[in-house]
Amino acid sequence: MFNSYKENTLQYYPEKCINCLMCTKVCPHGVFTEGEKGKGHVELTRPEKCMECGACAGNCPVEAIEVESGVGCAWAMIGAALKGKDMDSDAVCCGEDGCCQ
Amino acid sequence: MDTKNKDICDSSDTKADTSQFITMIGLGDSPAPEIHETTGTLTFSDHLDHFLARWGFRRSEHIVEPGIYKLGDPDPDSPVFVSANYTLSFDALRSSLAGIDCYILVIDTKGINVWCAAGKGTFGTDEIVWRIKWSGLDKVVNHSNLILPQLGAPGVSAHEVKRRSGFKVEYGPVRAKDLPEYLRNHTATPEMRKVRFTFWDRLVLTPIEFVHVVKPTLVAAILLYLLSGPFAAFAAVATAFSGTVLFPVLLPFLPAHDLSVKGIILGWLTALPFGIVLAANTQLPLWEEILALISLFLIIPAVIGFLALNFTGCTTYTSRTGVKKEIFRYVPYMALKAGTGTLCLVIIGASRLMGMI
Repeated sequence: MFNSYKENTLQYYPEKCINCLMCTKVCPHGVFTEGEKGKGHVELTRPEKCMECGACAGNCPVEAIEVESGVGCAWAMIGAALKGKDMDSDAVCCGEDGCCQ
Repeated sequence: MDTKNKDICDSSDTKADTSQFITMIGLGDSPAPEIHETTGTLTFSDHLDHFLARWGFRRSEHIVEPGIYKLGDPDPDSPVFVSANYTLSFDALRSSLAGIDCYILVIDTKGINVWCAAGKGTFGTDEIVWRIKWSGLDKVVNHSNLILPQLGAPGVSAHEVKRRSGFKVEYGPVRAKDLPEYLRNHTATPEMRKVRFTFWDRLVLTPIEFVHVVKPTLVAAILLYLLSGPFAAFAAVATAFSGTVLFPVLLPFLPAHDLSVKGIILGWLTALPFGIVLAANTQLPLWEEILALISLFLIIPAVIGFLALNFTGCTTYTSRTGVKKEIFRYVPYMALKAGTGTLCLVIIGASRLMGMI
């Protein structure tokens, strides 16, 4: 209750992983960690921490990770909805007066 | 001509197209790419620029010209860092690299910081590949390595950059100040790889948050002043301040996980002292006092809850799925509360006008 962030769209397919560790380098929340020696793939250790930035999926050379990436910004999403746009579309943008610093 | 412009706008479609275009406009034969000079020292003017950027003053003017910059006295083996063309991003990088001879490739992110630009796609694969070609970087250095900020990764596909430009992408640490340590062996510790959201990180966001609500707050304060005097006008200002300044500062200390709930709780706390003062006022008719109290405890938490929800875009951890859930879960509730509270205010205002008549 009162936690809307327990679930996300992150999907990991360890059988595809080539253990390049790129996901461990780009994730700012330590969602992936290096697997034990001999495992041959990274471990998805903290999936609930994923903020769906898409860094891992975009930098995985073998498409072992999928995520519906996007910016988690209510200001932009509500703005898009008010303009009749899809809240999940790439058109979601906070515009000139956004909070991006 | 139209085709040429389209190519520019769309960045590079393919390596061949880009090369062809560069040759076409004469860059292909240019003997020496233009290299700007910069330093690792921040001046008073730079700090003033940062201050004004934080307040949203001339928001689109805090930009750096895209291109290659040299810091110190680099040679063809010196490292190449990539940065956004936003003064705060560029200055954070160059000041952290003070004393290190290197090149900085500034790409066009439309004056937006690295992480936001990566989210929007302007700090992205296409722009990097295009900017490498456009700047003639391969004529400046005799290696093919780029060091990117880790927070640029959401917009970049390292293997695609390699495939399309020949340059290998290496992700540096999250924070520019960790770069000198990172450069010792090009390895980041797990701590360097994690984004934080410290008190200072949250505090520097408050000016722009407050600036966003200044106009509606002034309108509300003037209306409430005319309707029921300075007390109500001050409540409006306090609500805006609480939602845009106190909320970011107190974020980790407020209970619950969802930002909307945290905001609603802070709203109750903000309304409490006003409620006590109102309840202690014996000059008001009982029905008016009750209506005023109801409106106070409905509107203030709803408004602060909404401002808190809009802070999701500033945080370093909210996912789009979660934010969407929050919107559908709490916005109708906030709207109902604000609407009912406003109705109470209208009844009070109308009764006062009738009394005047």
